[in-house]
Amino acid sequence: MTDLTRLTIADARDGLKAGTFSARELAAAHITAMDAARGLNAFITETPEKAVEAATASDEKLAKGEGGVMEGIPVAVKDLFCTKGVLTTAASHILDGFKPEYESTVTTNLWNAGAVMLGKVNLDEFAMGSSNETSYYGNVVNPWRRSEDDQPLVPGGSSGGSASAVASFSAMGATGTDTGGSIRQPAAFAGIVGMKPTYGRCSRWGVVAFASSLDQPGPMTRSVRDAAIMLEAMAGFDPKDSTSVDMVVPNFEAALTGDIRGMKIGIPKEYRLDGISSEISDLWDKGAAMLKEAGAEIVEISLPHTKYALPAYYIIAPAEASSNLARYDGVRYGLRVEGEDLADMYSRTRGEGFGEEVQRRLLIGTYALSAGYYDAYYLKAQKVRTRISDDFKEAFKTVDAILTPTAPSPAFAFGEKGDDPLAMYLNDVFTVPASLAGLPGISIPAGLSENGLPLGLQLLGRPFDEETVIRTAGVLEDAAGFDATPTDWWRG
Amino acid sequence: MSLDKATVAKVANLARIRVEEEKLDPLAAELNAILGWVEQLGEVDTENVKPMTSVAEMQLRWRQDEITDGGYQEQVVANAPSKDEGFFAVPKVIE
Repeated sequence: MTDLTRLTIADARDGLKAGTFSARELAAAHITAMDAARGLNAFITETPEKAVEAATASDEKLAKGEGGVMEGIPVAVKDLFCTKGVLTTAASHILDGFKPEYESTVTTNLWNAGAVMLGKVNLDEFAMGSSNETSYYGNVVNPWRRSEDDQPLVPGGSSGGSASAVASFSAMGATGTDTGGSIRQPAAFAGIVGMKPTYGRCSRWGVVAFASSLDQPGPMTRSVRDAAIMLEAMAGFDPKDSTSVDMVVPNFEAALTGDIRGMKIGIPKEYRLDGISSEISDLWDKGAAMLKEAGAEIVEISLPHTKYALPAYYIIAPAEASSNLARYDGVRYGLRVEGEDLADMYSRTRGEGFGEEVQRRLLIGTYALSAGYYDAYYLKAQKVRTRISDDFKEAFKTVDAILTPTAPSPAFAFGEKGDDPLAMYLNDVFTVPASLAGLPGISIPAGLSENGLPLGLQLLGRPFDEETVIRTAGVLEDAAGFDATPTDWWRG
Repeated sequence: MSLDKATVAKVANLARIRVEEEKLDPLAAELNAILGWVEQLGEVDTENVKPMTSVAEMQLRWRQDEITDGGYQEQVVANAPSKDEGFFAVPKVIE
């Protein structure tokens, strides 16, 4: 039999329906792959028993001709989604031993659609990072290596475990969350597809909060079609999330018509950064040429406030985080470090429980919100955010989608940007503006760097117009014909 | 605006994060580098610009003020590091 782990979700769905293989066989193949890939440290918690149990239930449904859109499909869940009775860590020491008594809405939707959970995957602590180097549970390794050496590379972040699990064929898809690029940038680093839907499309209920006005769950898969299938399963109105939008979830897969004739694609001139490598800008030009070849019109656009997106983000996100993470105090769940009194217990618990990057951001956020500085930092950043959002609104009066690179470089080695938080923040230069504006975006693998690493291109669309983004991404995916896979050195 | 060691200690206290004395200076340097970089926001004209407070253009929904959930004290305290008779237990706060 062919290696079942190499199938796409769409292929596996068809194979399951046709009875070519069973959901139990599919789960077993992935459990074996997950075990063999332990060296990548993608999973924090493996749940093979649950996977077999769910696959058995799927087989029963499939036998009766029933089942949801993801019936029997094995997926990994970013360990930021609360899963009932299964350890949920946010990759932080401070959530030691936390087993939620409830299930997040997005994972509930996935299980209702028939998906099978393989386990919970690693991430940057509280999703704060771009390289998966801040996890309490250790670094995640990218399945890809440079052609000239076998130095371990970062998988990107914060959804690094999701990216590594999908790229290493340990899972057919994974949930991610994107606050400033945490789905799209790791997808680019690992040569897979990652989609952040419009803010409000997927419920945030039961997702450990980082920055509530930015956080948005989305799918990470190995094809655009798979992303469309998985997004449809994840999305939907949820009254338990006050910013969930009450809109019908379209059949996203049906958007893949392959026809983008007459569509206008914007190329923002401000994304041509000084010092950007020629391989990134060449790939971008190639992507534009492919869309033009498919009948789209390429239009240069201006997003004048682009350079202010990162500094605005690094006030807004830490400010929201400082408020959200106030709940970790050693009283209700997780770690408690005893102290001389209650206040001392709080400070010791948080001092030991949070890692360095999280502490840094909480301090920045606390400072930005403190008396006397609120207007200068937080209010100013919120006003700049309005201007960034207005830039996009203006652009979308003339274009239907925007094409940019996903990240300014391919995956890098561990420690390469470790000493300078600002150098790390620059990884998100192309993804953060759309996060601030709440827009849907997708990263698709479009080529290889000179040293053999995957590079991604990003497409952005109007709010709640995921369909145009998916349609355009499908065309770009076909034209780019990216079919490289990492050698499976980790199987040893 | 530049943070000195005393300010970092004050902010750390506000954030209820215990920071060792010897870490205050390096932290001040890091935070100053980030805040210095953020200063460029001052270049943006935000006169008469409203702060963005809602991502999607939507009104927050109204709902009936009624009890729809609850009644499971054991589950609420299930993950507590210390609990007593269905309550969260903390060190004594009243002398």
